[in-house]
Amino acid sequence: MRAGETLRLLFRGPTAIVAAAVLVVLIVTAFLGEQLAPYDATATDVSNRLQGPSGDHWFGTDELGRDVLSRVILGAEVSLRVGAVAVGISLVAGVLIGLLAGYYGRWVDDVLMRLSDVLFAFPAMLMAIAVLAILGPGSTNAMIAIGIVYTPIFARITRASVLSVREEVYVRAARSAGAGDLRIIGRHVLPNVTAPIIVQTSISLAFAILSEAALSFVGLGTQPPDPSWGRMLAEGRGFVEQAWWMAVFPGVAIFVTVLAFNVLGDALRDVLDPRQRQAMATSGATR
Amino acid sequence: MTRYALRRLAQSVAVLLGVSVLVFAIMQLVPGDPIRAALGQQADPETYQALRERAGLDDPVPVQFVTWIGNALTGDFGVSFRTGETVLSLIAERVPATLSLALAAIVVALLIAIPLGTLSALNPRKPVDWFASLSSQAGLSVPDFWLGIMLILVFAGTLGWLPSAGYTPLTESPGDWLRHLILPAITAGVSSGAILTRFVRSSVLESLGQDHVRTARAKGMRARDVLTWHVLRNALVPLVTVGGVQLAYLLSGVVVVEYVFAWPGLGQLAFQAVESRDYPVLQGAVLLFAVIFLLVNLVVDLAYARLDPRITYRSAR
Repeated sequence: MRAGETLRLLFRGPTAIVAAAVLVVLIVTAFLGEQLAPYDATATDVSNRLQGPSGDHWFGTDELGRDVLSRVILGAEVSLRVGAVAVGISLVAGVLIGLLAGYYGRWVDDVLMRLSDVLFAFPAMLMAIAVLAILGPGSTNAMIAIGIVYTPIFARITRASVLSVREEVYVRAARSAGAGDLRIIGRHVLPNVTAPIIVQTSISLAFAILSEAALSFVGLGTQPPDPSWGRMLAEGRGFVEQAWWMAVFPGVAIFVTVLAFNVLGDALRDVLDPRQRQAMATSGATR
Repeated sequence: MTRYALRRLAQSVAVLLGVSVLVFAIMQLVPGDPIRAALGQQADPETYQALRERAGLDDPVPVQFVTWIGNALTGDFGVSFRTGETVLSLIAERVPATLSLALAAIVVALLIAIPLGTLSALNPRKPVDWFASLSSQAGLSVPDFWLGIMLILVFAGTLGWLPSAGYTPLTESPGDWLRHLILPAITAGVSSGAILTRFVRSSVLESLGQDHVRTARAKGMRARDVLTWHVLRNALVPLVTVGGVQLAYLLSGVVVVEYVFAWPGLGQLAFQAVESRDYPVLQGAVLLFAVIFLLVNLVVDLAYARLDPRITYRSAR
């Protein structure tokens, strides 16, 4: 399917348009954070602490008098960066593993897939916590931890698609024409297995952002004074009865971002990979 | 079927071996001396040496692994660096809290999923269906720890109906146990409810198109009876297996929810172990979660193969 056709089908309905628009706004916010934020996000002003939302501070101020809106704006950059790098790691590693396993089959397939089964046996959040226990807390290590956690899913999806194209006529033709493995994988296999990978990327971004927020919430992800939505929620939890705005706004930001990626992922699946939707609905496994 | 079961079992054992190598590696991969890291520099030399010997850290790595896995098979996961208690007793203390939370969460999930999924399948492309799809999308996207804080804000703070945190054992006071359980169970159950809603919807839709449903209608059976006896009975059988997978997710997925509600379960134990660098406890907890996860998946696969004879064993690997 051509890119133009895909986009036209994707944006038939209003939900995908809204989701894409939300994501564009978020990405712009992440890039222009410093310029958009009305105040310095790390500047403390104790005389103005725990102020409710007002004309001066739309989202109120936190326990150190910092502007919550400015911190939410700067948090967008942290969330999107950690999410994107983490998914980038699992995308590259997982697709490579899946291509090798699916294309070469036999013992290569057995070894790689059993290894990914082992990684898959660990519950995601616990795996990330264990990796951070070894590497130490911090946003860079959180990216690595989340990247490791989501690698097996990319490996499995890629492998399954490679298995279905490996015996296609055009691949066999290329092989009999004397093309090398690298050329066949790069020119004929990879371009024909991208649809499910694109869908999975959007869905994984949603879960990676959720995981980053959860890890930062429990103190293992982004460290202070960097504003991260998960950390802000952790700080807000202690003041929830005096200052509801500290916990409400960062949570809404996480929710809207994750929802946008999930909605877009679903819409992409409808267009690019309708069979997978059916399979996922009947297995009930989406995380 | 037996051959399939045996192969699936062998596969699980192989994966379990890999899992145990990884869990064992936690202690090896920690930079520096894990016991020094746990006890701090001012530790009493005797305690230090005793723990080092107990953990067998002076042996060669392969020997350490064989000893560790041999002990683990007999239920001996070592002792906590912090308290000196056995890891097994620390874990056993926490199981009831985590188990009650996970079971309560799956009940919440089913209470959401069965009515909502059925209603939306019976009214495809109507407002109910639209609402169900929107809420399941939202349920999947809402961060559970944030939902927990919002529930605390409303039901514990503003309304004062329920306690904001803590746990009472069922044996002490069933009423208090339940009151403490409600908010964490809703928090943990929403995302599973969202996933199961989609599943129930597609399962009921599929069931509605079956010949026996059409026959039952054609012979004049009341719509409600058709729904109860022909549609739901068939649609909900596979829910047992998907619900099982969700329960496995919940047992390990409630770690952050436990953190929010100061719920003294296995997740909280794992966090405390990370914070205090109590690696034997972390190893024990991670291994236990992975084993539960593998076991539930194995049981679900086998149960599914039994419930649905259309599954071919030869192609499944």
